Amino acid sequence: MIWAAVIAGSLGCYLLKLAGVSLPSRVLDHPNMRRIADLLPVALLAALAALSTLTEGHRLAIDARLAGVAVAMVAHRLGAPFLAVVATAAASAALLRLV
Amino acid sequence: MSTRRAAPNFAGMKARHRKIVGDGIGVGVATGAYGLSFGAISIASHLNLAQTCALSLLMFSGASQFALVGVVASGGNPLAGAASAVLLGARNAFYGLRLAPMLGLRGPKRAVVAQLVIDESTAMALAQTGRGAERDQGDEGDEDGDGRVGFFATGLSVFVLWNLGTLLGAVAARHLTDPKQLGLDAAVPAAFLALLSPRMKGRQPWAIALTAAAVALALSPFAPAGVPVLAAAAVAVVAGVAGR
Repeated sequence: MIWAAVIAGSLGCYLLKLAGVSLPSRVLDHPNMRRIADLLPVALLAALAALSTLTEGHRLAIDARLAGVAVAMVAHRLGAPFLAVVATAAASAALLRLV
Repeated sequence: MSTRRAAPNFAGMKARHRKIVGDGIGVGVATGAYGLSFGAISIASHLNLAQTCALSLLMFSGASQFALVGVVASGGNPLAGAASAVLLGARNAFYGLRLAPMLGLRGPKRAVVAQLVIDESTAMALAQTGRGAERDQGDEGDEDGDGRVGFFATGLSVFVLWNLGTLLGAVAARHLTDPKQLGLDAAVPAAFLALLSPRMKGRQPWAIALTAAAVALALSPFAPAGVPVLAAAAVAVVAGVAGR
């Protein structure tokens, strides 16, 4: 099942890239389409972030992840690079679980 | 900065191209570091080494890859994860629209070059031409080749280093017994937020992000895992059609 998702997802992403460089611009270039493509990442990333911070299976759960994410966002605000932000989240959640 | 009109100034052009290549490699190194975290998180989300590397080679779009892996990690149907990944990849089609005239691609070459159309290569290419995202200049506009150099230097170095980073991160993470112990479950949302943050300019993105998060959280107790994310995508579609 995971392989099917890897292949199908990759194929879909590739075909979108190919369509962009191949199709005449009037096929895709509708203002609504452009707006939706700009807004999709915002909606999807926000939903994914909320779910992976606050749910455990089908339950809402507040635990060390939330603290880790909060500390990481402070690091991000201070200008830390991506890897440092992600590592900060992991390290602070892990530390909190130790105490 | 540069004397754009002085066409015969080949020395100046060469120096400029060298600098653009250097910048592209810099972006590649930064992205490679982020590939490390993707590799580790993917393994912690129960994808195997081959699946993790296949994603970076074949999907080659960071946010989409994190989305697929995130849905799998939350116990969702992997195909719902694939659908989220494809929706996130829709923006690459619009990048391609803007790049096609600049790159002057024809025929089968397009099939190869298309894979390099990602956030980073597009941003670097458009930054070189100095014309904003909105103006359509047709097929004219990159006569000194700066945009093309920016695109290929960035696209190729990100491709190589992202895949290398993924492999190294994944191999390192295979030795973990419990990803939670290292807090990798908190690394996943931090990665999503770091990807989200450059897009949060103005009020509309905030409204969309908060609505999408609320919709997803509200559905998560009832809907099969993976579905709340797709429902959140509907928020973007509605807002896009409403055109506000």
